[in-house]
Amino acid sequence: MSTATEAVVTQGRRRRAAKTADYANVRYKRHVGASLRTGVQAIIIVIWCLLPFYWMIVTSFRPVDHTFDTNLLPIPFTWDNYATAFSTELGNHLLRAIGNSLIVGLTTVIVSLIFGVTAAYALARLEFRGKSMLAGIILGASMFPAVALLSPLFQLFTNIGWTGTYQVLIIPSISFALPLTVYTLTSFLREMPWDLEEAARIDGCTRLRAFWQVILPLAAPAVFTTAILAFIASWNEYLIASVLSTDATQTVTVAIAGFTGSQPHQEPYTAVMAAGTIVTLPLVVLVLILQRKIVAGLTAGGVKG
Amino acid sequence: MSSVAQAKAPSRPPTVKRGSQKDRERQTAIWLIIPTIVILALVIGYPIVTAIIESFQKDPGLDPSTGMFNQGGFAGFANYSHFLAQQCGTVTCPPGTNGAAFWTSVGNTFLFTVATVVLETVLGVWMAIIMNRSFRGRAWVRASVLVPWAIPTAVTAKLMLFMFATYGIVNVVLQQQILWLSDPAAARIAIIVSDVWKTTPFMALLILAGLQIIPDEIYEAARVDGASTTQQFFRITLPLIKPALMVAVLFRTLDALRMYDLPAILTGGGPGISTTTLSMLVVSQIRQGFNAAAALSTLTFIIIFLVAFVFVRFLGANVVATQSATKKGEA
Repeated sequence: MSTATEAVVTQGRRRRAAKTADYANVRYKRHVGASLRTGVQAIIIVIWCLLPFYWMIVTSFRPVDHTFDTNLLPIPFTWDNYATAFSTELGNHLLRAIGNSLIVGLTTVIVSLIFGVTAAYALARLEFRGKSMLAGIILGASMFPAVALLSPLFQLFTNIGWTGTYQVLIIPSISFALPLTVYTLTSFLREMPWDLEEAARIDGCTRLRAFWQVILPLAAPAVFTTAILAFIASWNEYLIASVLSTDATQTVTVAIAGFTGSQPHQEPYTAVMAAGTIVTLPLVVLVLILQRKIVAGLTAGGVKG
Repeated sequence: MSSVAQAKAPSRPPTVKRGSQKDRERQTAIWLIIPTIVILALVIGYPIVTAIIESFQKDPGLDPSTGMFNQGGFAGFANYSHFLAQQCGTVTCPPGTNGAAFWTSVGNTFLFTVATVVLETVLGVWMAIIMNRSFRGRAWVRASVLVPWAIPTAVTAKLMLFMFATYGIVNVVLQQQILWLSDPAAARIAIIVSDVWKTTPFMALLILAGLQIIPDEIYEAARVDGASTTQQFFRITLPLIKPALMVAVLFRTLDALRMYDLPAILTGGGPGISTTTLSMLVVSQIRQGFNAAAALSTLTFIIIFLVAFVFVRFLGANVVATQSATKKGEA
């Protein structure tokens, strides 16, 4: 079964690749003249996008008394800022915050995926009345301003004594992660080779088994990408966490926003840049590895960043 | 098993589908979607309804007009007039209260929204056009564009705080000594620049998806007919990416209207309240009185809803249709 599946998929892929190559070839010939201008503009875009990020990394390696150096390399070089970033002496708890963000993010993603996959399957695969209305509601929910939920949720969580627990952070996260998951997955699932599922069902599979054994393995990259997008959304969330978290459940964004140095009224820039690098670099690396899929998910889902 | 793959069944089952099968499909769909709808109703619907009910209740506390302690109770539209008409009890709200800050923060929010969305759209179209051309290293450009998007806004805000510091790199490059965070105009510019840096790439990727579905033959034909590059852009590219562009602009606008992280961390809303946004005002109000905060968040919600309505109704941002059209184009 699986080899047959692969054969069909590869065939399609090869055909598409040939087509793309064709286009690329035509385009290439046409743009030879303008290629220099394109190249310069491309370099400007890359510098514009990467320079601030690079500046953060460079600064994170500068000694404190060289904070405002302007040379492009961290000379003199030090690891001290990373030690400061992780140290709890000044009341910063970066490591605990990373753990909190992981707990909130992973729980949010798992819950969103469990419910998101079934809903996305229905929206992508089944025909029923009211489908576009439901899709509209879910899209609308993903655009919903979180700040409008904040005041009633804050009051509710205080009243039932949930302050300081993880669920007060997870529940609002689901409000934006679940619609995002449904929406992105629906557009990914529409592209699946449903003929295969149909064939499996003709051979006597139940709908569930056909989905589980035929479609889901093929959709694994899409599901994984969706999970990453939902995780990033939750990891980067600040508004809800800044209001609803306590010291013990503080997430990374709150920890970095409130990062304190040894001197009052003086930003510990180099240590903050180190902390920023620590919580950003893994995400950036992951995003770059999965670049193609992420872009497809972002644009096909067409949802917020 | 190999017969499974060979049986090239049409993707939709044959049209002779019986009614009962259709019914069963509908039932399955409903059971699959209901959990999601229930969850959304709980995490979004419930708070919204609560907020609307609470917004008509008085916050317990001292009544500024009588000096008496009040226990709460029905407030009518008092919580709304507190912000809309800047009424604190029977007197006009003194400066420094959230009531007095309402219209300023509405103005700030719209200023940021218009400025960032316009800049991001123009720069986004430019970036998308470059990324749509084929050149060596294009994959690198597309990858680097994802970096600002992936950085948490809170980290971006701290990074920008450092770059816009008095001795920071921005002043060094400009050879100026601008106090970015103490001057209202400069603080606003700093926020707009930071947001544009962070979000333009996302815009560019959405627009790029729209560009990629324009077939090359159209440009070919236009060139044969002698259309200049400018004409091609305004007569072909722009009309054809308009649906994707409108959706991208709508999403960005709704996102910008609830801007919080960047001003909260970068400027703290200051100097004074010159960079305070609506979301920041809501957060500040939560700590002073739930019911007034509920009214304020309802107002924020209504403002955002109205803007979305105007986009969909009058500017033709058809979200659902564009989504399916994009899908067809890509297939």
